[in-house]
Amino acid sequence: MNWRETFRTALEAILSRRMRSSLTMLGILIGIAAVMLTVGLGQGAQAQVRAQINQLGSNLLIVSPGSTTSSSGIRGGRGSASTLTTRDATALASRVVAPDIAKVAPVVTGSQSLAAGTTNWTTNVVGTTPDWLQVRARSLAEGRFFSLAELNSSAPVAVLGSTTATELFGGRDALGQTVDINGTTMTVIGILNTAGSSTTTDEDDQALVPQTTYSSRVASSGNAAGVSTLYIEAASTDSLSAAYQEATNALLATHGVTAATPDFTISSQQSLLTTATSTDRTLTVLLAGIAAISLLVGGIGVMNIMLVSVTERIREIGLRKAMGATPSAIRRQFLVEASTLGLCGGLLGVILGLVGAQVLPHFLSQPVTIPAIATIGALGIALIIGIVAGVYPASRAARLAPIDALRSE
Amino acid sequence: MHILGCLDVPTTGSYDLAGEDVSTMSEAALANVRNRQIGFVFQQFNLLPSLPAWRNVELPLCYTGMARAERKERAINALERVGLGDRIEHRPGELSGGQQQRVAVARALVTDPALILADEPTGNLDSHSSADVLALFTELHDQGRTIVLITHERDVAESAQRIVRILDGQVDSALAMPAGTVR
Repeated sequence: MNWRETFRTALEAILSRRMRSSLTMLGILIGIAAVMLTVGLGQGAQAQVRAQINQLGSNLLIVSPGSTTSSSGIRGGRGSASTLTTRDATALASRVVAPDIAKVAPVVTGSQSLAAGTTNWTTNVVGTTPDWLQVRARSLAEGRFFSLAELNSSAPVAVLGSTTATELFGGRDALGQTVDINGTTMTVIGILNTAGSSTTTDEDDQALVPQTTYSSRVASSGNAAGVSTLYIEAASTDSLSAAYQEATNALLATHGVTAATPDFTISSQQSLLTTATSTDRTLTVLLAGIAAISLLVGGIGVMNIMLVSVTERIREIGLRKAMGATPSAIRRQFLVEASTLGLCGGLLGVILGLVGAQVLPHFLSQPVTIPAIATIGALGIALIIGIVAGVYPASRAARLAPIDALRSE
Repeated sequence: MHILGCLDVPTTGSYDLAGEDVSTMSEAALANVRNRQIGFVFQQFNLLPSLPAWRNVELPLCYTGMARAERKERAINALERVGLGDRIEHRPGELSGGQQQRVAVARALVTDPALILADEPTGNLDSHSSADVLALFTELHDQGRTIVLITHERDVAESAQRIVRILDGQVDSALAMPAGTVR
């Protein structure tokens, strides 16, 4: 009996017991669909984080005051909120000190109430330098960013995020309008393109002013040169670690502290990615474990049904043997039957998984990305489960003595 | 009977079939011998209920590696020989007992075996169908085929050339009629 013949016989056997076969396949189907969706969710979440980080600039380093001393999150350098200054930014931007750093944008932020006419809106006001636009990889929808001259002259100008502009001016064109920030009237000279919201902040809801304007007109407290964060853009993604070293050394030198007691922390988007990924991975492994168990149960279902099938068809087996079927032909017949059950279940599971990947994001607001390799892998797993589940029943059928099989009622 | 059919091997002694000692053969080799040399007819017919008559007859050929078209042709020929040429697509459930047994005879014939073993082939049939099947056997025998038939009924046995009476597992008498063939 050749393979095609065997496959046809297996298909006939499956089709002649439709209800039972479909219930058996259901077990595999659910398992495969669960595995695919878990993988898809994990991949989707990772892709989302990666996209967010790419959006923010992948060769970005963030210097914040204070230092994390351990993974438990205890911070050293108490009261060091003002340890970073615009002078640090100037030092780091120097080609001599740090050749791998392309641009540095010092940032000082605070929550302020903005007013345009009678409309109020509280948002994050950011004081920074013209390099911010490039470092944060943003662009303008309209107007322009403030210039170096405006930075040096503490000009009362502001660039608004798209959300902020909409909140303050509604549908009207915000460009050229004025907005009151902490009592200072500023002219809106530009609107940012949308960037979407990251995990922590809404990148579209902020107002940017020159750093000097911020310290002289917006901020309530003293230190004119103090900044809260330095954004560093490395010359390229490859030179990120070099830039990290240079920034660390330069800041240690200018602050006069040793590497053992730093008063600042430098983090990269890469480290954020690692954190996000490892959290996702834990969840994915957990869910995948549950999915794998459901697959295992599906496989046991196949084995169970095959055992029942062997017992039920004992006379048929005896007859086939009397007609000249060798033990290996019988074994092959049952193995093919079991693997066909597995494969059909897997195929339906893949279809359900792919449909789920289309439907699920509407309910979860979480993207589901199923890689092609997962689809092929799922089918392979289903086939292997079928074969493994079929081995024992098939060899039992093959070992049956023809007379015993024929005699049984 | 099971030993004659190579379904079982003798514990002691030996059994030569068509010049070959089959008592020492492996399972797979025995399966081959059954496939090529022996045709079985059972009391219970043992047809597969889900397959049409011709697929049942084709069954032994499936294990010979023969091409599909040739198998079907030979199966239909065999069915025609037993007078069921118009029943090839009928399933066993749609046939009478006598017809089912004739399908089984066709299945035994289809590989053109040296020996046909019939284990109480008329045990489940009414006298009319029994006569049909016996007539078929007689016809096959006249064409030069060896048939071993087991029966409890004297009048069925009477149609044979040679009768071996077995009583409580012992050969009681062997009434030889002209030409004894197998053993």
